[in-house]
Amino acid sequence: MQSRNNIVLLIIILLVGLATAIALPIDHPDWFKNIVAPHQKGDPNALTLRLGLDLRGGTQIQLMPDLPAGQSATEDDLERARAIIERRVNGLGVSESLVQTGRDRIIVALPGVEDPDAAIETLRSTGQLEFVDLGDNPEGLGAGDQINTSLGPAPNPRTETVYETIMTGDKLKNVDVRRDPNTQQPYIAFELTKEGSEIFGEYSGNNIGKFLAIVMDKTILSAPVIRAKITDSGIIEGDFTVEEAQNLAIQMKYGALPVPLKVIDVRTVGPSLGEDSIRRSLLAGTIGVIVVLLFMLAYYRLPGFIADLALLSFVAFNIALYKIIPVVLTLPGIAGFLLTTGTAVDANILIFERMREELRAGRSLPSAVEAGFSRAWTSILDSNLSTILTGLILLYFGSNFGASVVQGFAVTLIIGVLVSMFTAVFATRTFMRFMIQYFAEPLKRKLSWFSV
Amino acid sequence: MYDIIKHRRWYYIFSTFVIVPGLLIMLYSMITIGTPFRLAIDFTGGSLWELRFQEPIPPGEMVSFFQSQGIRDVNVHTIGDEYTLVIRTKPLDPAEKQQLLEAMAQAFGHEPEELQFRAVGPTVGKEVTRTAFIAVFMASLVILGFIIWAFRQVDHPVRYGVAAIIAMVHDVLVASAFFSLMGFIAGWEVDALFLTALLTVIGFSVQDTIVVFDRIRENSRRRKGEPFDIIANRSLLETMQRSIATQINAMFVMIALLLFGGVTIRQFIATMFIGMLSGTYSSIFIATPLLVSWHNREGIFGWFGGRKKTKIKKVSA
Repeated sequence: MQSRNNIVLLIIILLVGLATAIALPIDHPDWFKNIVAPHQKGDPNALTLRLGLDLRGGTQIQLMPDLPAGQSATEDDLERARAIIERRVNGLGVSESLVQTGRDRIIVALPGVEDPDAAIETLRSTGQLEFVDLGDNPEGLGAGDQINTSLGPAPNPRTETVYETIMTGDKLKNVDVRRDPNTQQPYIAFELTKEGSEIFGEYSGNNIGKFLAIVMDKTILSAPVIRAKITDSGIIEGDFTVEEAQNLAIQMKYGALPVPLKVIDVRTVGPSLGEDSIRRSLLAGTIGVIVVLLFMLAYYRLPGFIADLALLSFVAFNIALYKIIPVVLTLPGIAGFLLTTGTAVDANILIFERMREELRAGRSLPSAVEAGFSRAWTSILDSNLSTILTGLILLYFGSNFGASVVQGFAVTLIIGVLVSMFTAVFATRTFMRFMIQYFAEPLKRKLSWFSV
Repeated sequence: MYDIIKHRRWYYIFSTFVIVPGLLIMLYSMITIGTPFRLAIDFTGGSLWELRFQEPIPPGEMVSFFQSQGIRDVNVHTIGDEYTLVIRTKPLDPAEKQQLLEAMAQAFGHEPEELQFRAVGPTVGKEVTRTAFIAVFMASLVILGFIIWAFRQVDHPVRYGVAAIIAMVHDVLVASAFFSLMGFIAGWEVDALFLTALLTVIGFSVQDTIVVFDRIRENSRRRKGEPFDIIANRSLLETMQRSIATQINAMFVMIALLLFGGVTIRQFIATMFIGMLSGTYSSIFIATPLLVSWHNREGIFGWFGGRKKTKIKKVSA
């Protein structure tokens, strides 16, 4: 029993040492990173504290499918749209950008972006490609004209007519620019997916000699005449220069969003505000923790000192976990962390108050210590479980909300409560038992150290 | 032994005097602006633009600037210092923003630094409000279920659950009333962070209540013959030290955050601060007295069954 306690204490000390090593703001050697965080292997930012946009500055954009009432986008549509947006974002050259899908939306995070407005424009110009039936083209529409399609109205249509969309660009498998070997005239060759072949084959077979418009964001790129039934592959001929043909091919290839998107939420934090927030929360956190440390020491003396050690390792464990998981720290996230330091301290207070009661009731020191922990444990467990339940609801709520604000808070809250049970209860108890085991005699004469 | 429980009527009256004016403020707000709180763009849609200028710009001047640009619906106030303005208006797209910035450069002699910008589409707001209500409701339900489960071995576990929920609603109302009042005094607006604060208040309120209830549970087992109000009172006194020590610690952290933590989270922290104060108060002066009142079938609790009247007589004898 006693030697087991010593082994547990040794393990705890080693863990605290490891956590402290991870938590330190230094550049860790690669072998260390690979052992501690194997899932972050190859990530240049492995084992660094990741800061949210509100702390480092940057822009977060939320995009949602913009469909007429009654229609909805499938998960698959959203995922493909995300992949396309991601390619666009990578093209912006913003480091550590992140493109994720939420429940019904795409969330783009662009940390430290110089010109957020230009970035938003680039994302928004990520066009939707449509193949539109122009029939005999009685209105003489051509490249550059805007038209209303069955998927939605154009901002400035040339006519009020609404044209039928046959399919969207996501049914394209491949697009290439080739040259006619005889005339050297460039043309665009495209291949269709299986689904696309079916739709397009039927349409083109029934409409030979009619006009087809290739439309990007309601603007006609090209309006060729259908010469033959097109199934799995076809060509678009026109009076293109090589450059024009290549541009058209690129737009067809990369601009092919499966659903139109609209920007529903933009949040930009300038870099100076971010820096200010970091500085201020660090200051507030340090002051708060120091005052709590002093209070515990003054109020509970020896147990207070042990609680202080537990609180410091609580901080180290939390930061280490943020780095390992990794957790993106936001301002509310820091608030959540600071609140759980309160929970951690509360657990120690519950235990020590109980210990004091038992000592005053005349119990011997070792049995008062044990009784303090075992009696306080039910309160600690019950109240922490209720906090964790609230945290989980917040987490669910936050992810449905698309508000990383709420999520960031919930994540640090849950981690903090779990860590607090380890440091404030388990580690503190192990250390107290160690003290009792080796210093029982001198401590008995110094009950005032237990503030009794 | 000091008798806290005895004066329970006074606590009920005190809480009523705090909550009823709060409800009246929310009602007044309902009548004047249509919602119990001023809502941030998270709920209404719109843009919030925080700009820092090199010289002080009176908010009124900025309002007339926007009107000269054809934007009527605009609200401007300073934040932190008189160099920094927060502008709230309709959702702006990047092109409009660029135009406005250029016009500002002309009107005020220099282009301001953009500290923060946020735009929310109008349709999102409704969905957010609905989700928020569901979240608070779900949280209450889950906590109620959890307490009934945790106290399943005590007599009447439902009472513990209901008393904890009443105390929780008490704290939510106090925090909401405070926020609604600050809406009138300082123009505070309910945003996603406020909801986070409320949900945290719920969590900690229940945490405080559970600690006291836990002691009642333990004491009822150990002191079977004692009347319930004595057990309840004893449990309150025994946990009082802890309640005070924990509250003091939480206050240290909150005050540090309030003083040094930056403007962005000040409303969030202040709401949580009030909510947690109320949480500690309600766990001692509302939740536990309610258990006793219910046990003795006082007031409306008399309606909940009269089967055990005899047992009460035996206890008070």
